[in-house]
Amino acid sequence: MEKILQVKDLELSFNTFAGEVKAIRGVNFDLYKGETLAIVGESGSGKSVTTKSIMRLLPEHSAEFKNGEILFGGRDLTKLSDKEMQKIRGKEIAMIFQDPMTSLNPTMPIGRQLTEPLLKHQKISKAEAKKVAIDLLRLVGMPKPELRMKQYPHQFSGGQRQRIVIAISLACNPQILIADEPTTALDVTIQAQILELMKDLQKKIDTSIIFITHDLGVVANVADRVAVMYGGKIVEIGTVDEIFYNPQHPYTWGLLSSMPSLDAADEKLYAIPGTPPDLLSPPKGDAFALRSEYALQIDMEQNPPFFKVSETHYAATWLLHPDAPRVEPPATVIERMKKFPGSRYYEGSRV
Amino acid sequence: MARYIGKRLIYMLITLALIATFTFFLMKILPGSPVASADKLSPEQRAIVEARYGLDKPLPVQYFDYMFGLAQGDLGISINQFKGANVTDVIQSRMGPSAQIGFQGMLLGTFLGILLGMIAALRQNTWVDYSSTLVAIIGISIPSFVFASMLQYFFALKLEWFPVALWKDGFMSSVLPSIALAMFPLATAARFIRTEMIEVLGSDYITLARAKGASGTEIAFKHAFRNALIPLITVLGPMAVGILTGSLVVEQIFAIPGIGEQFVKSIMVNDFSIIMGTTIFFSVFLIVVILIVDILYGIIDPRIRLSGGKS
Ligand SMILES: Nc1ncnc2c1ncn2[C@@H]1O[C@H](COP(=O)(O)OP(=O)(O)OP(=O)(O)O)[C@@H](O)[C@H]1O
Ligand SMILES: [Mg+2]
Repeated sequence: MEKILQVKDLELSFNTFAGEVKAIRGVNFDLYKGETLAIVGESGSGKSVTTKSIMRLLPEHSAEFKNGEILFGGRDLTKLSDKEMQKIRGKEIAMIFQDPMTSLNPTMPIGRQLTEPLLKHQKISKAEAKKVAIDLLRLVGMPKPELRMKQYPHQFSGGQRQRIVIAISLACNPQILIADEPTTALDVTIQAQILELMKDLQKKIDTSIIFITHDLGVVANVADRVAVMYGGKIVEIGTVDEIFYNPQHPYTWGLLSSMPSLDAADEKLYAIPGTPPDLLSPPKGDAFALRSEYALQIDMEQNPPFFKVSETHYAATWLLHPDAPRVEPPATVIERMKKFPGSRYYEGSRV
Repeated sequence: MARYIGKRLIYMLITLALIATFTFFLMKILPGSPVASADKLSPEQRAIVEARYGLDKPLPVQYFDYMFGLAQGDLGISINQFKGANVTDVIQSRMGPSAQIGFQGMLLGTFLGILLGMIAALRQNTWVDYSSTLVAIIGISIPSFVFASMLQYFFALKLEWFPVALWKDGFMSSVLPSIALAMFPLATAARFIRTEMIEVLGSDYITLARAKGASGTEIAFKHAFRNALIPLITVLGPMAVGILTGSLVVEQIFAIPGIGEQFVKSIMVNDFSIIMGTTIFFSVFLIVVILIVDILYGIIDPRIRLSGGKS
């Protein structure tokens, strides 16, 4: 498969009054053409900062690339000027955000907000842009699009606004769409509709999607692959099946155990103990070690490298080292692993 | 919208009646009478003068007489400042210069203030920003009489670019007073626009606009400016008050035959009808400004436009 974006050894810090916040501490991943890569992880793990650094939307005066590169179309995005980035933003890489209520300019008719990227990036007339904008609105399922072009954001519901934001982001058929928790602010039924819409549109325009979410249920629904982030790093990455049914990193185990399951309504919901690491002075070694009951001595001293589980599955935990002791994952995780061919608990009867 | 304005007009009338009532009784409580200053009069002569202006009648009667006249648009007759002249005529004849310097000052101040605030916000925490903040602080903290005197001293007396005082050289006479009046709106607008722009520039829709590929200038002018402008409209009222109070002093310093100058003198000579008339005139002016501000608000902000239209 064709790699469309490569993030290599990315390190990024914010220079603040309190000191250097090491928000991204060595992130590696590739994005393939046409796939959906979900990024999950708890609050503050660096999901938004990672994607915003791809778009170069972080505050210039405080955010600083420390290391690594972001390769896109043969160029390293970390090195481009803002002028050059303007030609990429909205045209080749587009983004949608969490809160549709605040994502649209309240004093500009949505028609103008829709035609803006078209007029900016494509050589078309205003009249043509308007036609395309109306088509886009129709595409995202907005009834009577001609009439709605002149209306302002406050005249739309939250779900409709997110549809408009999606229409804006898809205006120039971007190669990559970054969606930062696009459904978190919406209620469950609208959430499902928006997810369906995104899947539909992805097929139509063949775009790659980076999908940030807290909701593992959503991940199972939309993603092809999953990257699990913790403390400014990706700790495990693999296909959806690999992450859900053969997880290797203790943090992934924790995440999956804290996911409510339908058939176990009476189970107590698990919460990962402790708090995320302080990124002003991140711990040596595995950042999750202090919260993990599976931590080894070496976790406290040395940063684990990525260990290969399969061609598509990597995890950064010393537990995968040949010399590491064998530990038993939590019971719920073992239950999952029983269903996965290739896992050490596989029982052969996969559903 | 028409209904909304109608409702507002009724409130305005009530407000005015209350202001007139308060001012009337306050004036009566204050020591001194317009006639008392003419202490050369014998008691008989005094009584005659008092009778002529109705000052001998009981207070409630005087009050109702005044309010009745006011309701018909009659502000009474000047007692001693412009002996016997109709107060409405006096105000009308003096409105021109005041309106001119007030309008020029407001326009200049708001325009420069917006410019300064925008630049400060776009160059946040640079020397440009700090100097603009300094200008704003100076504009707010230096009283207009100090500023007016300084302008007069340097640009009229020393450099002789403009006339020192009096209203004899048309536009040239209006320049220094207008600049003196512009300081307050300038400082207010600069501070306001800076804060608002910084807030707006940090909002989600600006990030989305950047994600669409908009350039710095497009962000500032197409997306942020209008949104930052909305709250400025709310301080147009206080700015108008600033111009008004400023004009009392500035007209005095530049000896401009305007309403402010006349108002100050009328207080010194205790001319009851002029004081009342001018107070009411100023109140009408401010109340109308506030109404206009609210209507403007609706025009700029589509969210308010709509709900205003429905109610
Ligand atoms: N502008 C900034 N200045 C300083 N620190 C920042 C800035 N933006 C983000 N950070 C820090 O970077 C870290 C990662 O933040 P990020 O927004 O990427 O988290 P996230 O994974 O998206 O969390 P959430 O799920 O809550 O959205 C956090 O510790 C945050 O405090
Ligand atoms: Mg986030």
